[in-house]
Amino acid sequence: MRISIASGKGGTGKTLVATNLALSISDQPVHLLDCDVEEPNAHVFLQGDHIDQQVVHLPIPKVNQAKCQQCSKCSDVCVFNAIALFDKIILTFDDLCHSCGACWHLCPHNAIEKIDKEIGAIDKTKVDNITLITGKLKIGNHASPPLIKKVKGQCNDGGINILDGPPGSSCPAMEAVEGTDYCVMVTEPTPFGLNDLRLAVDMVTALGVPCGVVINRDGPGNVGVLDYCREKGIKLLMQIPMDDRIAKSYAKGTPLVKEEPAYRDKFNQLYQVILGEV
Amino acid sequence: MKIAISTQGENQSSEVNPRLGRCERFIIHDTDTGKSNVVENGGRLSSSGAGVATAKMLADLGVNAVITGFVGPKAFAALEAAGIKIFIGAQGTVEQSLKLYQDNKLDEAQSANAGAHSGI
Repeated sequence: MRISIASGKGGTGKTLVATNLALSISDQPVHLLDCDVEEPNAHVFLQGDHIDQQVVHLPIPKVNQAKCQQCSKCSDVCVFNAIALFDKIILTFDDLCHSCGACWHLCPHNAIEKIDKEIGAIDKTKVDNITLITGKLKIGNHASPPLIKKVKGQCNDGGINILDGPPGSSCPAMEAVEGTDYCVMVTEPTPFGLNDLRLAVDMVTALGVPCGVVINRDGPGNVGVLDYCREKGIKLLMQIPMDDRIAKSYAKGTPLVKEEPAYRDKFNQLYQVILGEV
Repeated sequence: MKIAISTQGENQSSEVNPRLGRCERFIIHDTDTGKSNVVENGGRLSSSGAGVATAKMLADLGVNAVITGFVGPKAFAALEAAGIKIFIGAQGTVEQSLKLYQDNKLDEAQSANAGAHSGI
């Protein structure tokens, strides 16, 4: 089973929920996949034995100028403007390339070869019952979805997979959520949290992924979120109160369920509710 | 010689648009005939690489020089490959910028003077 964690707004508590949920499941092996590849941080809370690192590459075009006849085919078919003919020179712009392959497949002169471009790495760590998979986007690279896709490729379909997603509701967040069985939306009771929750709920709905809401830092001001959930018929999965102790344990990098063992039952309860929803 | 000036309007008295790849239109001024015409910048609608697409369009139109405010790294590389000279620092109306160019008061760009995606 695959459970994704999303939020819309950043900093609402996705990783808090993802890590503590992972630590509260004992009946099945758990894979926690940190899909927030631009700034992964689940490893701060789950430190274990490093098992493996895999470097991830994507193919990009390299033009063989000797074979190129300046026919402009590659330039014409590239909708991303990543390869373009100017006068007698073909220019390539690696960071615009989406690795679709149109240029090297359609070049009538076989003048374009694929070369590998490093886009990031995937680390695998074992922490007790949990296998932590962390995607790390290479600095300077701005297209995270291809790396997120590779991270998702590490899912273990014989167990529970928790996919800690990036914030937002555009391509990176969509890539993390797409194809999962259930999405846990973590929000906060602020106008900003609610605004972005709406966007993120619309996004997962369009992807056909069922979702429920966790309110983090819950307290006064949550009426808007509660009303919205009621209106939309979205299940309220859990409410985590605004509490200094939670913030302190998080700031230390100690998982909440270790600092406050009572939360283990609460997160296991969340797990049971999700199982009932899927 | 054909000179393209990036603008948000449609004629000589329109304001210059300092963005190159995402500008609405270009006024193309032909110094040989003294005539000008306006072209839509279809490149600005590209999801990515608007500067590259714009440079391609200008090259196809046979433009020799472009007057704008800022040029990013990819547009610079593309215009350079196309042999199009880039004059930066344009301001005011199209007419005023053309005058600044004719009086040699605009700098020819030797490199990009804006970061990637800064025109968005």
